Amino acid sequence: MNQLRILWTFFRLGAMNELAYRVNFFTQLFQAVMSLVLSLGGLAVVFNQTDTLAGWRPAELVALVGIYILVGGLINLMIQPSMQRFMEDIRMGTLDFMILKPADAQFLVSVRQVEIWKLIDIIMGLGVLVIALVRLGAQIGMAQALAFGVALLAGATIVYSFWMMLATCAFWFVKTENILVIFQSMYQAGRWPITIYPGWLQMMLTFLVPIAFAVTVPAQALTGRLTNQTLLLAILVATGLFGAARWFWRFGIRYYAGASA
Amino acid sequence: MIRAIGEIYAAQLRTSLAVQFQYRMSLAIWMIGRVIQPLVALVVWTTVARARGGDVSGYSEGDFAAYFIIQMIVTQATFSWIMWEYDYIIRSGQFSFRLLRPIHPIHADVADNLAYKVLTLVILIPAAFFLAWLFPPTLHWQWWNIVAGLLATVIAFIMRFTLEWMLAMTALWTNRVSAVNQTYDVILIFFSGYFAPLAVMPQLVQTLANFLPFRWLIAFPIELTLGRLTPTEILIGFGAQLFWLVIVQASLRYVWRAGVKQYSAVGS
Repeated sequence: MNQLRILWTFFRLGAMNELAYRVNFFTQLFQAVMSLVLSLGGLAVVFNQTDTLAGWRPAELVALVGIYILVGGLINLMIQPSMQRFMEDIRMGTLDFMILKPADAQFLVSVRQVEIWKLIDIIMGLGVLVIALVRLGAQIGMAQALAFGVALLAGATIVYSFWMMLATCAFWFVKTENILVIFQSMYQAGRWPITIYPGWLQMMLTFLVPIAFAVTVPAQALTGRLTNQTLLLAILVATGLFGAARWFWRFGIRYYAGASA
Repeated sequence: MIRAIGEIYAAQLRTSLAVQFQYRMSLAIWMIGRVIQPLVALVVWTTVARARGGDVSGYSEGDFAAYFIIQMIVTQATFSWIMWEYDYIIRSGQFSFRLLRPIHPIHADVADNLAYKVLTLVILIPAAFFLAWLFPPTLHWQWWNIVAGLLATVIAFIMRFTLEWMLAMTALWTNRVSAVNQTYDVILIFFSGYFAPLAVMPQLVQTLANFLPFRWLIAFPIELTLGRLTPTEILIGFGAQLFWLVIVQASLRYVWRAGVKQYSAVGS
């Protein structure tokens, strides 16, 4: 309960900071629209030449694009900005202020920076997803909806834990901003279902940079492609990584010496 | 005059190489994105070719492999980050220092760009062989294809650099150029042959591409290198490149003069 209150506070703080720069809303909206044009344009060109791509029908891939934008929005809303700030705090020594607060420090650094305009991506992603599902005429049963929710939650947890572990490395290697570039470069591969890539790349996109769990698996859940094994694997990896990130954080914070000490 | 410019370039190149070598790790990591894009496009189109029984508008799997491997090289050779860089340089007022130098600031940027290209060859060449090993390309080129392709790539580089440097000057009029940059990127991706060979694009895109400069930046050098063009098409291609080169050079002169008058530094 307390954590929800903290989360809400940071959300309000992010909103208050950004509402002073309202033009940023249009900047972000434009960027989101362009990203959508890029994705849907790519699909249009591909489906101009073929009816299905590796078994995926057009509307199913539009749903995948919706999830791609949605998850990208979730990452950019809170995970990535908070993690960047966290690494910056380690470098500058200002992490002191976080550790001193009477709340779980890992939780604080994970939710601290909220970029509210990224809500646009989330809303747009959801919109695209809903339109795609209507066009699919798919009867999404309770089981499928539930599987989608679980897969999305597992995917978000995996991406968060992945980021958290990489950011924690900043306790030892101070300069780590390149991690961001690696993640963003690889994330664009998630625009297409992971299953079309060669095996070694699938492995990389699943276990090295966990884009498969974040985008493809939830899309598989919605389009009735998800096997129970994959869902179970996603849940196991999510729980495992979350625990590992927690452990690694505790281990890393012991190495933190502060700036002025 | 020529010698003076040559000496300036030599000095600037040495500096840029030394500076950028400091960031070799970052350069290597930035290259991931530049290899991933052609790889993703190649996988998508290979999948489509297989679904169609091996051929899409005259491109087989091997042809796609050859196309996107050369695309990676041509894109790397011609691209610049100048539009994003100048957004910052102009907004923060650092542009003033560049204006104080006794020669046109574009020369320093060209040298900087070339230094980056030279350093990243270390990654680009292995990446090209790696892709060729994963996706065996179909190549039936003659030695003159490669020479002509190189020439077209050099012209494309000059033209694209001029065009993007000119667009970068938009930042002199407005400090919100990200919309311009993003629009430019999207147009370039679809109309240049970057996302797919123009032959597999919808008819409308192909027609529009004829009236835009972008296909001569990427598609033409690639198709020329791969030996896919007839002698007439080659002549038209070089003609179009020179035509657009003259246009962008002339526009740059005009925009530059108007822009410098417009510029008022911050914090002077």
